[in-house]
Amino acid sequence: MEKYFHSVTLNRDECKGCTNCIKHCPTEAIRVRDGKAHILEERCIDCGECIRACPNHAKVAVTDPFDSLQNFAYKVVLPAPSFFGQFKPDIPPAKILGALLKLGFDAVYEVALGADYVTEAIRHYLRECYYSKPLISSADTAVERLNPVQCPKPLISSACPAVVRLIQVRFPNLIPHIMPIESPMEVSGRIVKAKLSKELGLPPEKIGTFFITPCPAKVTAVKDPVATQKSAIDGALSMAEVYSKVLVNLPGASSDETLQVASGAGIGWGRAGGENQAIGRDAYLSVDGIHNVIAVLEEVEMGKLNDIVYLECQSCPGGCIGGPLTVENQFISRVRIRKLAENLTKPFNHREEVKDLLAKGLFNGQGSIQPRPIMQLDPDISTAIQKMDELERTLADLPELDCGSCGAPSCRALAEDIVRGLASETDCIFKLRERVQALAEEMVDLSRKTPPAMGKKMSGE
Amino acid sequence: MAENANNGQKNVPVLKLSFPITGKNFGAAGEASSRIKGTLQKIGVAPQIIRRVAIVAYETEMNIVIHADRGELTLTVNPDCIEIVAADSGAGIADRELAMQEGYSTAPDYIREMGFGAGMGLPNIKRCADKFDLQSEPGKGTTVYVRINLPG
Repeated sequence: MEKYFHSVTLNRDECKGCTNCIKHCPTEAIRVRDGKAHILEERCIDCGECIRACPNHAKVAVTDPFDSLQNFAYKVVLPAPSFFGQFKPDIPPAKILGALLKLGFDAVYEVALGADYVTEAIRHYLRECYYSKPLISSADTAVERLNPVQCPKPLISSACPAVVRLIQVRFPNLIPHIMPIESPMEVSGRIVKAKLSKELGLPPEKIGTFFITPCPAKVTAVKDPVATQKSAIDGALSMAEVYSKVLVNLPGASSDETLQVASGAGIGWGRAGGENQAIGRDAYLSVDGIHNVIAVLEEVEMGKLNDIVYLECQSCPGGCIGGPLTVENQFISRVRIRKLAENLTKPFNHREEVKDLLAKGLFNGQGSIQPRPIMQLDPDISTAIQKMDELERTLADLPELDCGSCGAPSCRALAEDIVRGLASETDCIFKLRERVQALAEEMVDLSRKTPPAMGKKMSGE
Repeated sequence: MAENANNGQKNVPVLKLSFPITGKNFGAAGEASSRIKGTLQKIGVAPQIIRRVAIVAYETEMNIVIHADRGELTLTVNPDCIEIVAADSGAGIADRELAMQEGYSTAPDYIREMGFGAGMGLPNIKRCADKFDLQSEPGKGTTVYVRINLPG
């Protein structure tokens, strides 16, 4: 029984064991064994880098099938802000939403609108944490719920689930830096369920919320959330799959302008830097691409970025528009999202509602984020020191070529696997060849030795 | 000179890593302290301790790169403490008191133009250390010893 759900999975039939993926994984979660890639589930953060790296299309993101809509009486579709970036600029967003309704959904709710709400909640939180006097009035119960007394710098956005999981696995000490406000996807799901269950008189479980996802990490966030018991989203549909269905349904779709309510700032969340732009404060930084995120988080760990208040981190290059399940090239999407962000400026009329929802805890995670420190050799420090010593000695004996033939991403990773009892030295093709050579020399040596009782050579008589 | 909690007992786990440092090589500068940081993370040392060790390792490494032709950085991890020894065969320190003063630096101009040599190295190292020892002989070289205690 697996402990974690992972959207990123291997299609074994397509896998050639080429070892391309193992080097791209940011948590060294892949090994090649018996000629096939194998994902170590405790290390995988569902970032989808291996999906990008695989030349044989063997790495796939598992998403919900379209017919899972059938399980619900009332179906709502929640497109990610990056969805608008997939379509040509001459197609008005309202028409895209109209086409979505033709696919069998009863209602549409833009996650970009949820992003507008989250933007306001973040601004409120930042105001209380950093921009007003430290004395927080006890009458402000909304802020108390969010525990602003622990206001580390920088605060890290919780919007990208791959980054949250990266922090759990590789930077557990930065967990207190993660903004305790849920992602726009999650908040949108909660708003939809609360609002519609009241309006329609239906229990929330009968209202199906379906997110159109640009990536596998969001699927995992739905099926196996980190700070929440159960996600308010019921299913995650692949953006690539929904895109083709929408294209077919665009002609004749309603282009009722009132269908599109989210502001440009909310839609801007779909591209890297959009979140910061929406929040509109100074002292912020935006980083995209998982390896860049790692580099920056290492600096944060060293205390070098503590003059930055807010850190936006996106696992995918370019932000969500660069996700593995998107259709359009991220640079083209970026231009489209930017134009929409510039043209669709709308005033945000829900400030009081956000304060009210903050007080009700709608924006909170329901639990705390737990570390997943699989990087440590041993929980006991003395044993860990011993194993580290063994690791260094084992490594000194390896060729340090990081060729990947052993199925591990580096010689150091193989040394660690050996110390953990998961691999052996002869997995290294160079060590194996050394041993074979030594054996061969011994064989030649032995073959030349004639026993004293025999006068002549055995062979070639 | 390096105090070692091992006291000759063979069954106490100890990890010792040595890194040769090349003077004036600014491209590779910082790599040894990075390796040290990674090693301690793998062992599971508390982050606040890693931070102090990282600062000591980085500053001593940079001192060797800036002021000497070559040197060696040695990390010893004992169950109860971490020791760092940075030894070089450079020019040595003429005036210890001045060297420990914040802002005082003997780094040449071209190195200051690179952004190094702010004169905070030794004071920062001392601040992070539980035990700090500086031995130097002008013309012979300098050795810095730091011990940082581990909790528990």
